[in-house]
Amino acid sequence: MITISDLKKISDFEWEIPKTFREDMRVPVRVFVTEDLLKEAMRDKSLEQAVNAATLPGLVGHVLVMPDMHQGYGFPIGGVAATRYPEGVISPGGIGYDINCGVRLLGSQISYEEANPYLDDLATALDKHCPSGVGKGGHLQVSEKELDRLCVEGSPWALRKGHATQQDIRRTEEGGQIKGADPGKVSERAKKRGRPQIGTLGAGNHFIEVDLIEEVYDSHAAQVMGLEEGCLALQIHCGSRGFGHQICSDYVGTFQGAVKRYGIELPDRELVCAPMDSPEGEAYLAAMRCAANYAFVNRQVLAHWAREAFEEVLGKHVINAHLHQVYDIAHNMGKIESHEIEGRLMKVCVHRKGATRAFGPGNEDLPEEYRAIGQPVLVPGSMGTASWVLVGTQESMLRSFGSTCHGAGRTMSRSKAKKEIWGEDLRKELEGEGIHIRAGSMAGLSEEAPAAYKDVDAVVNTVSGAGIARKVARLTPVAVVKG
Amino acid sequence: MNSYYRREAAIGQENLVYTGDMDSREAGFRELEHTADWELYVWAPDLPALLEQAARGMYQLSHTRLADAPRLVREFELPFTDRESLLVDFLSELLFYGEEENLAFDEYQLDLDESSLRVRIVGAPIEDPAKEIKAVTYHRLAVRETGRGLEVQIVFDV
Repeated sequence: MITISDLKKISDFEWEIPKTFREDMRVPVRVFVTEDLLKEAMRDKSLEQAVNAATLPGLVGHVLVMPDMHQGYGFPIGGVAATRYPEGVISPGGIGYDINCGVRLLGSQISYEEANPYLDDLATALDKHCPSGVGKGGHLQVSEKELDRLCVEGSPWALRKGHATQQDIRRTEEGGQIKGADPGKVSERAKKRGRPQIGTLGAGNHFIEVDLIEEVYDSHAAQVMGLEEGCLALQIHCGSRGFGHQICSDYVGTFQGAVKRYGIELPDRELVCAPMDSPEGEAYLAAMRCAANYAFVNRQVLAHWAREAFEEVLGKHVINAHLHQVYDIAHNMGKIESHEIEGRLMKVCVHRKGATRAFGPGNEDLPEEYRAIGQPVLVPGSMGTASWVLVGTQESMLRSFGSTCHGAGRTMSRSKAKKEIWGEDLRKELEGEGIHIRAGSMAGLSEEAPAAYKDVDAVVNTVSGAGIARKVARLTPVAVVKG
Repeated sequence: MNSYYRREAAIGQENLVYTGDMDSREAGFRELEHTADWELYVWAPDLPALLEQAARGMYQLSHTRLADAPRLVREFELPFTDRESLLVDFLSELLFYGEEENLAFDEYQLDLDESSLRVRIVGAPIEDPAKEIKAVTYHRLAVRETGRGLEVQIVFDV
């Protein structure tokens, strides 16, 4: 068990668990957190899971933990770990079952005042246009051959099909296409699950949310992103659906044997891994990239239908009902990137599980229009609280492998939330606050109650205080669709 | 337990209302606290019974209810390498039937030998699926022997 005395305070926003804490640790754990958030996080096993993650072969630097951390499985949610490429390991459980779960933000010139009378209709239209719910299929059905193409092409596939604009593609992490995807490394079962689910939201904590841009903190960056105080924005939070879940399950299963073959000893079977230059590691990387590209397409198609919903409801009431893409980012992903570590540029695989890439200004991987301000970082809150738009910094490049937080982070268990919160009561409460809710399941809604999450403002103040992201705008929800 | 939760009759609902004397039963399950996901504690006299209880617990966690419809049978076989992998594979197979055919099961015939598990299950279409389970994880998964049989804790990614 870890106590606060096991951590060394580096600053008001940064703590460290030294490598000497446990014999099998290969690197220290660096935690971006205030003392208050640290005490809150110590109620669950997030830090123990971070220590377990610090035992993976080939790690460099530190294992990092973001202030929205909470207990997951294997890695903690909010965990970042970099392994030396190609001889270090890749761990499917360190990326998660929902490969490339992420967030897309769309901005608009629609003022809240103008749209307010129609927000309930807008919630209904979004719910109708964007399929959601447990295991539900979507409006698109593709053949296996078409699915293979989609996995390789990513978002440009959606452009070819008329579901995207050039700007959408440019303003997506990696242009919505991660190279090296090989559908031949994806099981038939994953393909069977993936074919009917393109353009679907799913259930759980996934959502589509209409927000009011309540306050702008960096007017230049906001202007570059097309975000204007008092206007509406739209967030889409989802991932690779059953396709990604199956790919992760398949490889966590086959890697159980791989760790024995490579003589890797681990404290938790969910952390199974394989060297990236092994046949198993190469196969997983190729399959994971298929799921990543699938998820980019999934959010792209949902964005296309959300635009249709906006046009249908608001087109006749406002001058311009168009939603423009601000950015789309992953927060469950393994990426091969170059980072300066101990004064040396090194190629590494950055595992981000519940953590967002946050590249700073000047990075060549960013679209030209964002190169001066840094990469937009999207931090959704819970459905009743604020969300944030941030940008990556030079500090994030130096201290966190270009990463920052991904959300508010849970603090209350699901079992406690569903015991204490009645979904229908919560819906009424949120409606009373002017938030229009459409939810497939009241039981699911109660588990996702705002009270089950940390204070997102405290989380954002921490990453901002630590210097690994900078505030741009604060958004508040006005309509939420949940599966 | 709140009143809304009571209205969600699920497979294995009878297990949920046990409080004081739960552990005196020969086999059963109960939900454990987990911040982000769902965790289940399951116990039974032997491995087939443990698999059955885990399945019932998983269905209860996801509020899975069977429709009043003709009963359907499914049969499959899984390789037996170790107890934990068999548990993950068995529950994952049930989740796949749920997503692919919208089916869940409440009758289990499980025949285990040293190399495989033969499964015959009977169920019906799922009525109004309420909650999604993404995957069955290996996190801290260890089937332990106890004085009364076997026990395990399972974390589901949701």
